[in-house]
Amino acid sequence: MTMTLHVDIVSAEEEIFSGTATMVFAPAEMGEVGITPRHAPLLTRLKAGEVRVQDSSGEEQSFYVSGGLLEVQPHVVTVLSDTAMRADDLDEAMALEAKERAERSIADRQSDFEYAKAQAELAQAAAQLRMLQKLRKKGR
Amino acid sequence: MSGAKEIRTKIKSIKNTQKITKAMEMVAASKMRRAQDRMNEARPYAAKMRNVVGHMAHAHPEYRHPYLEEREGKRVGYILVTTDRGLCGGLNVNLFRKVVAEMAEHGKAGVGMELAVLGKKGLGFFRRLGGNIISEASGLGDAPALTDLIGAVKVMLDAFDEGRIDRLFLVNNEFVNTMTQKPAIEQILPIPPSDVDEMTHHWDYIYEPAAKDVVDALMVRYIESLVYQGVVENIACEMAARMVAMKSASDNAGELIDELELAYNKARQAAITQEISEIVAGAAAV
Repeated sequence: MTMTLHVDIVSAEEEIFSGTATMVFAPAEMGEVGITPRHAPLLTRLKAGEVRVQDSSGEEQSFYVSGGLLEVQPHVVTVLSDTAMRADDLDEAMALEAKERAERSIADRQSDFEYAKAQAELAQAAAQLRMLQKLRKKGR
Repeated sequence: MSGAKEIRTKIKSIKNTQKITKAMEMVAASKMRRAQDRMNEARPYAAKMRNVVGHMAHAHPEYRHPYLEEREGKRVGYILVTTDRGLCGGLNVNLFRKVVAEMAEHGKAGVGMELAVLGKKGLGFFRRLGGNIISEASGLGDAPALTDLIGAVKVMLDAFDEGRIDRLFLVNNEFVNTMTQKPAIEQILPIPPSDVDEMTHHWDYIYEPAAKDVVDALMVRYIESLVYQGVVENIACEMAARMVAMKSASDNAGELIDELELAYNKARQAAITQEISEIVAGAAAV
């Protein structure tokens, strides 16, 4: 019996692949790695590139990843794929953008939250909703 | 017959409204199913992440990541997930009530707060009432991409790294079933120990490159995946709530139409009776 690995390729938005394989190739950050069964536990970052999964008949399936993480345990390989290009400066730029958006949308912002006003407003809304429910029940 | 004509126009306009609410109900129903699928598709990633984080926490006791460390400080951060659009019943209001109650308690205790708001409804609410919003993302659509959230989440993670907040909570609606959505506040930072699976024997990974780099990358992705899950779940809730709200709107419109039709028929009959009696009276006078 040939030894096999269980391979899962998942991204935050969907499951991409799940199945068995005899060998997996992945574009690790320090160079491409080939994983066979009984590999030592390994955790590494992936570069953008191709993950190839070879099954027992020697057939290969390949998946493109734009980066992510690779976790290896003796009989399980997990590829946690990113859905987009990631880089520290890119993330930084997106964070800055989110901050600026927040500042722009609240130009006249006060950092003190008006609890009394908020609670009054919410109580009113809740009362309206309760009233609606009551009316609905009466109607039946 | 002026009364009857007025009633007829009213009936027509209500029927038009009913058509719209019925269409919205059906659209929301199909979107809800798709949102639920998306919710299920996103699950394996979070589960795998949790697995790896759990393994790592136990395999590597000498390096504790700051995200796993309980802190002394009390300042809190909230990532508040709301909808972009309205007409979804009390979904947002219930969520606001829950979070405002908690914020009021923190406010009384003099605890500093920082907010990240996702969704236009939340933004509008806090714009009106103030609040220390440090990042936002809105207009995510029905199929949000993780990329759209990275920025907003990173601002909060930076705040945590810099010690401006000591705990981070995710606030979103939990999808119980089509009829029930429950507002929930969940701590995501520091990662609660219960989320980390127990392990019995000791072993460690080979890290490439250094352990710290890999673990940092892993933690950031883990938090992002949690927030993404929250957003997708909130969309499923939004669609379910809208479906229910639109269904009752259509039902109400139906009831109104029935009542108006009754009134219309009465008015029509009264007019005919009056006409007949006028004719009879006229004939008698001749």
